[in-house]
Amino acid sequence: MAGNHALAEGAIQAGCDAYFGYPITPQNEIPEYMAARMPEEGRVFVQSESELAAISMVMGAAVTGKRAMTTSSSPGISLMQEGISYLCGCELPAVIANVVRGGPGLGNIAAAQSDYFQAVKGGGHGDYHLFVLAPASVQEMFDFAFWAFDLAFKYRNPVMILTDGLIGQMMEPLTIREPSWPRATPVSFDARDWALTGAAGRPPRSFKSLFLGDGVLEAHNAKLQAKYARAAATEVRYETVATEDAQLLLVAYGIMARVCRETVDRLRARGIKAGLLRPLTLWPFPTAWLAAHAAQFAHILVVELSCGQMVEDVQLAVQARTPVSFYGRAGGGIVTCQELTAVAIERLGIKETS
Amino acid sequence: MKYQPPHALQPVSTHYCAGCGHGVAHRLICEVIDELGIRERVLAVAPVGCAVLAYDYWNFDVTEAAHGRAPAVATGMKRCNPDKLVFTYQGDGDLAAIGAGEIVNAANRGELISVFFINNANYGMTGGQMAPTTLLGQKTTTSPAGRVARREGWPMKVVEMLTQLDGVAFAARCALHTPKHIRDAKRAIHTAFVTQMQEAGFAIVELLAACPVGWGVTPIQAIELVEQQMIPVYPLGVFKQASSPVSLPS
Repeated sequence: MAGNHALAEGAIQAGCDAYFGYPITPQNEIPEYMAARMPEEGRVFVQSESELAAISMVMGAAVTGKRAMTTSSSPGISLMQEGISYLCGCELPAVIANVVRGGPGLGNIAAAQSDYFQAVKGGGHGDYHLFVLAPASVQEMFDFAFWAFDLAFKYRNPVMILTDGLIGQMMEPLTIREPSWPRATPVSFDARDWALTGAAGRPPRSFKSLFLGDGVLEAHNAKLQAKYARAAATEVRYETVATEDAQLLLVAYGIMARVCRETVDRLRARGIKAGLLRPLTLWPFPTAWLAAHAAQFAHILVVELSCGQMVEDVQLAVQARTPVSFYGRAGGGIVTCQELTAVAIERLGIKETS
Repeated sequence: MKYQPPHALQPVSTHYCAGCGHGVAHRLICEVIDELGIRERVLAVAPVGCAVLAYDYWNFDVTEAAHGRAPAVATGMKRCNPDKLVFTYQGDGDLAAIGAGEIVNAANRGELISVFFINNANYGMTGGQMAPTTLLGQKTTTSPAGRVARREGWPMKVVEMLTQLDGVAFAARCALHTPKHIRDAKRAIHTAFVTQMQEAGFAIVELLAACPVGWGVTPIQAIELVEQQMIPVYPLGVFKQASSPVSLPS
């Protein structure tokens, strides 16, 4: 199955009640799949008139306690930033997938990882965070849909699945079953005690992000920050490969983590002790792991399909305990194992005799 | 007969200026909700604009929406909850300018929602700027010499425009400046909810409202301006009623 289809089916199996979306390449397979499958399941599919409308429709579904989802690709996600800020301000659950393509502007339709800043640092206005999950395979596209709805409802906050055109389009075997990991617990999808369900036998409820009273917005922001701090302490997920004895640490997520995994083997075959840190959550970021382990490496090399974005979070975590450098390509080129192996050797300052 | 405020309206003071049409519009909507017995089934969307605080005044479930996006939010609410009665309450900057795409497409999809559209010919909340609905010659803070058609375009006739769309089952324009007009407006609001309850299609009621502060006149003068200047540009009546197109009974 293709990655985009796996994400769509994963969302359906995870109980997605409503999908709203607008066409954009390279993620059209998701709305197309949803247009066929959601009505079969008796659930809601609407093709919106824009990404502005799609994210607002998600908000409309979310205020009534439904599991709502939208997907898009980079330029469309830029338009959704308005609604994402409102979802965070109103503390509403939602799942948003960005099948990233090259930018800025219309860019191109090749795979890219250049929306990291937008996803992780908050592309919309105000102090907020999204959970940002980075799948690296077709199976994870499926599995992470469950995890995303878990986090969205556990914290009543939007969750972004940050993937790319390559994972979205590539075909791999997929096992369809409810994943046990990574998940978030405890989660209740019963929204009756907070959602807009009609003011029957209870006082009316409202969702708002407008707080005009003296000090009220400050208190609201403090509450949001406390939630983010709880999440950051609990929900960080990452994988490490061969880091115990490594002199070189590669850090990469998504599709580049797969290239780096292979590169670790190639480097070790040449006697260079390399390891890999792959964040599954880009927010919250595995800052604590990096801070605790940075000193053991001679060099940390961050690899992204961008001009260098996640590298800033790595540098912040490492705090100059170890040299950190960056290698990447932006605009459609994929970093290969061969290329990366040579770069790693050069960064370590190893003179190889051949 | 003893005066009873509608149960659907909270017993609180509003922030609206003297002579503003929002208070009347809120009350009419709440009276109709009481009369139809639907308060516990209503889900509403408040706009960005003067009526953003409507959730503090209404005694039913309300959500905020980003500026102009109320019809999209309402679409998500209604599609997921077809048993609920969903309405948006929007001003002219919200609906006719920044939310033009959302209102046209929600109407065109025939979303089973009711839209109450307050046309007071300016942006009230932000201090009286020009709106798509501002009259030709009308002075606002962003058309200080008066609106000129070749520079700022013409007053946008929203209900006439939406009437062309097949998804629209009910479209009417009413005014809120005299008791007779208020009675007509209440009838149209009633029909807009009934249209939704019958699942006939999208329903919109445009309500011409005075904005004395935004217009820089007294409340009395503002009422006269609605009659003398707005109604000639924005004719009143039922523009579309899917089952039986009729004009408003007097």
